[in-house]
Amino acid sequence: MKNLKTPFALTIVLALLAGALGCQPAQQAGPATIRVLTMEQAGPTVEEMNAIVEEFNKANPNIKVEIEYVSYDALHDKITTAMASTPPAYDVFLVDDIWYAEFAKAGYILDVTDRITKDMRDKIFTASWDITTVGGKVYGMPWLLDEKYFYYNEELLSQAGFSAPPKTWEELVDQAKVIKEKGIVEYPIVWSWGQYEAAICDWVTLLYGNGGRLVDDSGKPVFNDETGVKTLTWMLQTIDEGITNPASVSYVEEDVRNVFSQGKAVFATNWVYMYDLVNFNAEQSQVTGKIKMSLMPAFANSGVQSATINGSMGFSVAATSPNKDAAWKYIEFLTSEDVQNRYSAHLLPIWQTSYQGESLNKLMGYTPANATTVPMFNEQFPFAHVRPKVAYYPEASKALQLALQLALTKQKTPQQALDEAAAKWVELAK
Amino acid sequence: MVRKLTLRQHDALIGLFLILPSLIIILGISLQPILSTLYFSLFEASRGINTPQTFIGLGNYVTLLTDAVFWAAIGRTLYFTLVSVGLELVLGLAIAQLIHTQPPGWRFLRTSLIIPWAVPTIVNGTMWRWIYNADYGALNGLLLQLGLINKYIPWLTKPELAMNLVILADIWHSVPFIALILQAALATLPADLEEAAAVDGANALQRFLLIRLPLLRPAILVALVIRTVEAFRVFDIIYVITNGGPAFSTVTISYLTYLETFSFGHIGRGSALSFLISLFTLVMAFVYIRILYRPEEKL
Repeated sequence: MKNLKTPFALTIVLALLAGALGCQPAQQAGPATIRVLTMEQAGPTVEEMNAIVEEFNKANPNIKVEIEYVSYDALHDKITTAMASTPPAYDVFLVDDIWYAEFAKAGYILDVTDRITKDMRDKIFTASWDITTVGGKVYGMPWLLDEKYFYYNEELLSQAGFSAPPKTWEELVDQAKVIKEKGIVEYPIVWSWGQYEAAICDWVTLLYGNGGRLVDDSGKPVFNDETGVKTLTWMLQTIDEGITNPASVSYVEEDVRNVFSQGKAVFATNWVYMYDLVNFNAEQSQVTGKIKMSLMPAFANSGVQSATINGSMGFSVAATSPNKDAAWKYIEFLTSEDVQNRYSAHLLPIWQTSYQGESLNKLMGYTPANATTVPMFNEQFPFAHVRPKVAYYPEASKALQLALQLALTKQKTPQQALDEAAAKWVELAK
Repeated sequence: MVRKLTLRQHDALIGLFLILPSLIIILGISLQPILSTLYFSLFEASRGINTPQTFIGLGNYVTLLTDAVFWAAIGRTLYFTLVSVGLELVLGLAIAQLIHTQPPGWRFLRTSLIIPWAVPTIVNGTMWRWIYNADYGALNGLLLQLGLINKYIPWLTKPELAMNLVILADIWHSVPFIALILQAALATLPADLEEAAAVDGANALQRFLLIRLPLLRPAILVALVIRTVEAFRVFDIIYVITNGGPAFSTVTISYLTYLETFSFGHIGRGSALSFLISLFTLVMAFVYIRILYRPEEKL
């Protein structure tokens, strides 16, 4: 027995030690491994992202890309945790517009100003460089040029007797009342007003659509002015009148998509990815072929024609990555005009040239959704507003999310709640 | 004799080899992080590579202990802990008693109890988020069919309800754990004490309160300590079901720590919070042991 036990025990010890050593990245002569962190939400599907990785790996035998997905709401914290180790757990990650200032200040993302070619500068939308630029330095490649769009269910709307979607939020309320009276759906519109960044996106859309602003030119918060209070009061009112689905106060974009896909809402706002899934994917939607997009409404008498949120994102290289060149090569491939055109069903290209002349016709034909989303992008994008680029954004945003939630759950008045959030913003800016 | 000794030495050597990995793991994974957390908590440190750190002594602790947000989170955490662990204990004891009487199908019942406990917390949270969903959740469907409500209720938008809904999800997950511990303890209790009491004329309630419950005390202690410590640090189920909402009504102390550390990047303040959680937990465990653990009894 002894003779059997000893080798057995030693094997366990050795196996444990081997396991512990295995955690160290092996410095082998094989292909350089590039670990990529991205999101599975409101953008290209996992299948599409995997296909792009496969193409890249095939074309670059010296580089092996491994890709991981998290939900949008986990992405920021996963990146900051990953950057605590050396070498970092990821070489490339997806960065939201609102995190660039914070990450650049923390030294997490590589300054790639010198790697941007003249070709890129000339052919990519000027506005998209703003996403990845902090203090005149470029920290990544823009990739996802997105904004919230206005969606409506044409069939249900015409059942209510309307031939055109609303142009103003007031008109939407009028249409919604008729829809409700006729019993077509219980709650005509669904939003993402949960305690997440999603709530800020819908709030910006409504606030700017009322002629308001988050901050003034000097960066001071002004969202608690008369317009801000009026806008938040309007949101609350639509819940009280049964026009807004009351569950919106706990919802994110995917909940909006689920409700809208079941034909339980006539109106919704969401990113571009929803159009293809809700209108062409019969597995996930019961309302295929019935969905249209139109210009995001604004409030009447606000002097604003339309307003929406700019929710763009870019890909960056971890500043401490041991394989910066290989990582950049993958980003270049992922954001190249050719790849972006071919995978454009749930994400539109950052390349101006994709929207010009012959290329435009080709882009509109790549997927069934593009025939609608590409012209819609051109129409809506001039009205897209960015959130402040400040290093303390996550904390500022959480304070504003709390204010919106306090008002929407009637624990505080809109004025009280917004004043408190504005005071927090002032304190954070110090 | 000599041969036996070498064998024993040989065994000791192998024993040492075998505990070496766990020693390394315990020192490396628990002691080192606790010490560095304590160290970090004395600094004003924001996240980042080569970002400056300023030593501020107990400054982070002072900031926290004078902050209403911190005490609100402590209050919610205590509410969550007391209600969920309390109900779990009552339900767990009831289920353990039921199984102990060995009704028909008790083996099946005992086995199926494992299922909620075996479901990972994240999966459990996701499941309950769907159950509570206002537009297609099972809870609304069930209540509507039973005629208890006449239209769907957006459960997770109600600040006064949200924490109780999280507690319900936690109870479903954790009752089996307590039930199984207590059932195992019940099975080892001597039957003759209760039989003797019955002969002396004690009724069922007296037998339960005066004989069975005191004998179960060590097992209850174990279950309570484990569950209270777990409940006090509750995080993942809240992250999945409510994300701290609506309006911060489910922000517990661990959730606040997560926000401060990972979302806002206040490494110093987050470390101080972590340390305070450890202290609270330690105090609770100490109180439990004083109340429930008597020297003459062995766990």
